[in-house]
Amino acid sequence: MTNATAEVRTLPGLDGAWTRFALRRLGRLLVSVWVLVTAAFLMIHLIPGDPVRAALGTTAPLSLVRARRAALGLDDPLVVQYAHYLRDLFAGRLGTSMTSGLPVSQIIGDRLPATLGVAGYAFALAIAVSIPLGLVMAVLTRGGRGRPAELAFTSTSVVLAAIPEFLLAVGLVFVFGVHLGWVPVAGRSGPDSYVLPVLSLAVGPAAVLARIVRVETLGVLQADFIRTVRAKRLPDRFIYLRHALPNALTATITLGGLLLSAMVAGTVLVENVFAWPGLGSTIVQSILAKDYPVVQGVVLVYGVGVLAVNLAVDVALALLDPRSTIRES
Amino acid sequence: MSSRLRSRWAGVVRTPVGMSATALLAAVLLLAVLAPVLWSAKANAVHTDQIMQGSSAAHWMGTDNLGRDLFYRVLVATRLSVELALLATVIGVVAGLLLGTASVSLGARAGRFVTAVVNIAVAFPGLLLALFFAVIFGTGTKGAVLAIGLAIAPGFARLTHTLVATIAGRDFVAAARIAGVSRIRLLVRHVLPNVGEPLVVNATIAAGGALLAFSGLSFLGIGVRAPDYDWGRLLGDGLNGIYVHPAGALAPGVAVVVAGLAFNLFGEAIAKGIGLRTPLAGERRPSSAPAYETPARPAPAGEDPVLVVEGLRVDFPGAGGPVTPVRDVAFALRRGEAAGIVGESGAGKSLTALAIAQLIEEPGQVHADRLEFLGENLLDTSARTKRHLLGTSLAMVFQDPMTSFNPIKRIGRQLAEVAEQHQGMNRRQALARAVDRLRAVRVPAPERRARQFPHEFSGGMRQRAMISMGLMGTPALIVADEPTTALDVTVQRQVLSLLRSIRAADDVALLLISHDITVVGQVCDRVLVMYAGRVVEDLPTAELLTHARHPYTRALLAAVPDMTTDRDRPLAVIPGRPIDPANVPAGCAFAPRCAFADERCTRSDPALVPDDEGRRVACWNADLTAGQPVAAAQRGRTTSQGTAGDE
Ligand code: SF4
Repeated sequence: MTNATAEVRTLPGLDGAWTRFALRRLGRLLVSVWVLVTAAFLMIHLIPGDPVRAALGTTAPLSLVRARRAALGLDDPLVVQYAHYLRDLFAGRLGTSMTSGLPVSQIIGDRLPATLGVAGYAFALAIAVSIPLGLVMAVLTRGGRGRPAELAFTSTSVVLAAIPEFLLAVGLVFVFGVHLGWVPVAGRSGPDSYVLPVLSLAVGPAAVLARIVRVETLGVLQADFIRTVRAKRLPDRFIYLRHALPNALTATITLGGLLLSAMVAGTVLVENVFAWPGLGSTIVQSILAKDYPVVQGVVLVYGVGVLAVNLAVDVALALLDPRSTIRES
Repeated sequence: MSSRLRSRWAGVVRTPVGMSATALLAAVLLLAVLAPVLWSAKANAVHTDQIMQGSSAAHWMGTDNLGRDLFYRVLVATRLSVELALLATVIGVVAGLLLGTASVSLGARAGRFVTAVVNIAVAFPGLLLALFFAVIFGTGTKGAVLAIGLAIAPGFARLTHTLVATIAGRDFVAAARIAGVSRIRLLVRHVLPNVGEPLVVNATIAAGGALLAFSGLSFLGIGVRAPDYDWGRLLGDGLNGIYVHPAGALAPGVAVVVAGLAFNLFGEAIAKGIGLRTPLAGERRPSSAPAYETPARPAPAGEDPVLVVEGLRVDFPGAGGPVTPVRDVAFALRRGEAAGIVGESGAGKSLTALAIAQLIEEPGQVHADRLEFLGENLLDTSARTKRHLLGTSLAMVFQDPMTSFNPIKRIGRQLAEVAEQHQGMNRRQALARAVDRLRAVRVPAPERRARQFPHEFSGGMRQRAMISMGLMGTPALIVADEPTTALDVTVQRQVLSLLRSIRAADDVALLLISHDITVVGQVCDRVLVMYAGRVVEDLPTAELLTHARHPYTRALLAAVPDMTTDRDRPLAVIPGRPIDPANVPAGCAFAPRCAFADERCTRSDPALVPDDEGRRVACWNADLTAGQPVAAAQRGRTTSQGTAGDE
């Protein structure tokens, strides 16, 4: 790691490291997308028995099943089907719903904004709350100070983090919808209809993230370089904001990314609690109705969402910590 | 192995958190076993006259749409909820183990493929994986168990793979492989027993997760179907009637949270117990700070002292009362003077440096009778004045240049901050000054270097940059704490000569902390020898070989290898162990290791007294050693060491 003897190292410029990082990351993204697409394709073929028969029910006439199989191209050899699937995907064709007859891409286009909205606001809320909270708690409780504050913070965040989002959603419906009647509890209407779904999604991850930020900041405050910064006699807020926080965030960001991609999945449950007209309620209805083309399409969208979050995390990490572009393999 | 493991787990259960987690989990499991036996009839009794009623004396939690008692239904549902969660966990763990050990059982190539797929799968949240598998296996109880089990599997596979990879590299596995043990046998007999503990902990936590996930799927209608019911389905039913009858949704919700928490806390308690296996620290007896008849006085520093320290003490709270690793330190530094503090690790050198620089943090406490820097009393100056004074006139250089820079900020910025803060420069000016200072410490291509990050610097360069950071202001004193210890010999020499030339050019005083008396001898005018938190001797470096009187100083000198040292002889070491600051003996702290110790030495601690020339020493028998050459002392000591041994 250290190169104590070579005083001047012939390092590739930062740009070189960045290019290699970008290429490597792009390669990984492509492989992941390919695995995702293939998994979505295989999903239907892995279903034991005949998915069309399963979807139409045992009483459906054989001719209808045959016709539907042919329409879906299920009688072609697997490789041919795969090739067709990929071709259609590139053309943006995701098939047609077996129940409504609408193109899957249209269904997704209708439903996606509702899901993106709720996930995006929840994401922003979780970040906006957890980072300042974690930092402040770290400063208040550093070096064994503020024991009562630490206890209160830790126990609250542990309990909040332990409540799964859909249970929290039910609790919120009860308190704010039924009991207080402040905000709507079902459907997507005005801005206030966002309040409960966004809260349900954001609270748990915010609690976990705040804890991580606190722990990481405490760790950073122990680091040798903080002593150097203190020896420069900078004001305390400089030490915390300019030196401790960015380092704590680099340590937080990976775990934070996992939480955020879990948040993407969490929309499925939360949307069902609040009858939210997004992809989450669509996928559950389609699974129950065995409307496989829709399921396939929505699974792809969710998968791509997760991959996008992962990519964003890696890029953020690279921006924040230049070493990560080199370190990571 | 297994009995040791069991006793360790028993220890976990005895901690307060562990105990409550265990009790909670035991209660949940007991309920799972007993509830259906006891209350099935009550839970399934249909009362058509009491449909969807709120809580009453007869039905605590009210009734559902068939008039069935919800309280009993929640209790009875414990069985199915827990059972399914455990089943899914078992499936997940077994599948994870198979995937994770693929590299051992299937060989390297197949193993790599499996690992690659697993690595992609873990990137997806469990719920998405569960939905994916639920499509394949179909909805309903069986499909959901398989779906959640397989959703758990990738995480477990990754964990197993990591654990196995560390084990598989170990000698005994290699030996077994060479001995022709089959792969499967190797796995079962050698590898798995060694990774069992973390796997069990994670399986427990995963069971909690499976419980939550299952209730989620059932809630969505994808899991358990009527007439069966688990908590998730009760919750789903309850939500529909939440306006009429909130308890119907809240009761199963609370049950899910409590049961999930029981598994999680239990797993985490075990993990914590296993991770924190420190033997109880030995009894520590409080160290009473000895009272001196005559407090040490600093040797006169002439007029215009840069630094005056008197009666400096550093306290830390310890298990058995406060620990005082620095006691009664007194000295003064003239402008441009270079003094070195030497001593073993734990002697209080670095803490002395930090205390002078006002960098001791709570819970540490610094006391001093006098602590003056450039005529300013640091003990009662306003924080602002002190910040400015120390920020511009006191430079610190720390031991490890690797860890002493903020790893994610450019070197130039880290230097420039100082000028922005204390000299009121703007960003551009400050950066220009940083480049100029880097040039001053002979960093080549300083413009380019200023834009680089610490990890792009070599160790020696980084230490130069650290020194140049101190030169951003106009320092009157540089405190360098083991500045060359982390560097190799050539670089060490360059850094020392840099410090020397800065000192000569700008008349800067230098306080050099080192465990190495030779380093101090090369750079400093004066040596302060510290032992067990005190200064025990203070004399000019030029007189070290001729006038060192303290037996400890003489032992340090004798341990230095020189040109005449016979290379075949083992390096001389000072026999005995350094003093633990929490446990300083009465009398002279060096007595247990001192060849000259007598009865008086163990009774009272000698004060640091100056002689006519201003040399100071704290030893009752300083006159006995005075005048004898150090080498003679060494010979005497080495022979006595042969008989006395090192305790
Ligand atoms: S006081 Fe006694 S024990 Fe201490 S160094 Fe001197 S001779 Fe040795």
